[in-house]
Amino acid sequence: MSFELETAPNRENLRRVAIDPVSRVEGHGKVTLLLDEAGHIHEARLHIVEFRGFEAFIRGRPYWEVPVMVQRLCGICPVSHHLAAAKALDRVVGAVPVTATADKMRRLMHYGQILQSHALHFFHLSSPDLLFGFGSPVGQRNIVGVARAHPDVAKQGVLLRKFGQEVIRATAGKRIHGTAAVPGGINRHLDAADRDLLAAEVDQMVAWSQGAVALVRRLHEADPALYDQFGHFESGLLSLVRDDGAMDLYDGHLRLRDAAGTILRDDVADQEYLSLITEEVRAWSYMKFPYVTELGPQAGWYKVGPLARVQNCDFIPSPLAEAERKAFIDYTGGAIQHAPLAFHWARMIEMLHAAEVIREMLPDPDLVAGERMADGVRTGEGVGIIEAPRGTLIHHYGVGDDDLVSMCNLIVSTTHNNQAMNHAVRAVARKYLDGRELTEGLLNHIEVAIRAFDPCLSCATHALGKMPLIVELHDAGGAVVDRLSRD
Amino acid sequence: MTEGAPIRVVVLAAGNDARGDDALGPLLLARIEALGIDAVRCVFDFQFQVEHALDLGEADLALFVDAHADQVEPARLGQIEAARRPPTGSHALSPDEVLQVYARVCSADAPPCFMLSLRGETFELGAGLSRAAEESLEAGWALAQRLFDCPDANRWRTHCA
Repeated sequence: MSFELETAPNRENLRRVAIDPVSRVEGHGKVTLLLDEAGHIHEARLHIVEFRGFEAFIRGRPYWEVPVMVQRLCGICPVSHHLAAAKALDRVVGAVPVTATADKMRRLMHYGQILQSHALHFFHLSSPDLLFGFGSPVGQRNIVGVARAHPDVAKQGVLLRKFGQEVIRATAGKRIHGTAAVPGGINRHLDAADRDLLAAEVDQMVAWSQGAVALVRRLHEADPALYDQFGHFESGLLSLVRDDGAMDLYDGHLRLRDAAGTILRDDVADQEYLSLITEEVRAWSYMKFPYVTELGPQAGWYKVGPLARVQNCDFIPSPLAEAERKAFIDYTGGAIQHAPLAFHWARMIEMLHAAEVIREMLPDPDLVAGERMADGVRTGEGVGIIEAPRGTLIHHYGVGDDDLVSMCNLIVSTTHNNQAMNHAVRAVARKYLDGRELTEGLLNHIEVAIRAFDPCLSCATHALGKMPLIVELHDAGGAVVDRLSRD
Repeated sequence: MTEGAPIRVVVLAAGNDARGDDALGPLLLARIEALGIDAVRCVFDFQFQVEHALDLGEADLALFVDAHADQVEPARLGQIEAARRPPTGSHALSPDEVLQVYARVCSADAPPCFMLSLRGETFELGAGLSRAAEESLEAGWALAQRLFDCPDANRWRTHCA
């Protein structure tokens, strides 16, 4: 099974361009393009070149260590792993449901994570692309005008992220290596002094988030030809939704829509995810390719993350974000938006929702008092699913009678988006690179498409000197004929 | 800085103790923190990030500590300046990119900032510290003790490679 431009039929006669690693995304990603002598694209792939070995890292550990230990898998979204693991292990200790206090503390922590992650991505990773342009001269003029009107963007991004980090610190005990979520509940309450400090700032965070949504919406409206078409491809949408169809980033059931917006599967319980998803291995990438089993690998791939979630839910249960969701839907007259740059708009709607949720939750008395732990009948298996900033995150554990983890399966958000990101790369390569002399600016188009998904490719290795951007052009024999590098 | 007041130093270390030599940053930070110097504030994170720019604003002197995958010396000190352009690396920033964010966000010059980098070799998930990294940690600790004997930018410059 192969998709168009996934594997060229005559690979040995083609030139090879490698973008290695992809900048401004985390870790060891590499894009390779195979071109003929006229510069026509015959193959385009996003590879993951590092074997991550998460499952081997976890197997054999005592189950109660897992929610803390899994934070070390990823320096970008440790809270998401912390909470997904705790949710899975709630099942193992029979704590279903957890107490109201535990549920609310975890939710608050999670929405703090969503807020800080989305703020970082939009204000600091994507804004250079979005505010200063990456291709169209006309678009660039429009965008620069928007940037001039928003000189405080960078500062707001830092302070929004800082606020989200403070929510995490207040709920998790520590901002790094938090210990609050444990199998069966939570081990601390929110301190009233922390609550009051957060409450004093949260209105400003909501206001800045509203401003961010307005900014990205204006970008779309200023250059619809670019934003609606860049890297465009269609796919299904997968995410959790609440039982009433509302957006819920912490808990719910799985819902799948097709590319036209029709709900294909709904009410899939988290414990039943294996009835929905199969993971395919391909020889050229360490990252698996999940697909909906009953649709098969050719038709069953999908995308996750903000663009899927905002369009998969029936409504967002906070008023300001819901109004923005409706505007997002109205922008296309109700048709599903698939263009990768629409991820940014959807991401900012979610950031606004997260800020609203935090504001609504802070006065809740269950956060500062109440039963923290629940228990029940011990079982040997549990699944925890959460909507992490980048999309659906699945933790699945088996635990033996000796309390050691005997089985572990993790499907991280970026893995769900593997096929979708490859399609985006191919769409951009086909439209912008085919038959043209390659420049760093054109190759940046590939990176812009990947960055829209906010992928986290290797999780947490970051040491200095490990991630320069290198673009190499190889001839048909594999020799390097040109090389660009930036630190 | 108030005249006569102790120099406020912020030490920012990054790393992941589950990824082999990536643990060098937090391991050295723990030793510095154990010195118990009142005017020294220690900040740990998996990676350097935009919010660390705000930590610089509360200090007279800053020291970044991190593992380095591509250096020869076990430990190396250098003064750093703000990067010339916005960060283009990844979700993680390099220290000079943190300074660049500081300049943009705070519209001011950052305090003198130094980078203490420690040579690492293996960064695999679940790996322990390599022999080379153990050597780097001791070399970095010896250097750090000299720095905190006299936390002054001019004195620190004499230790720079």
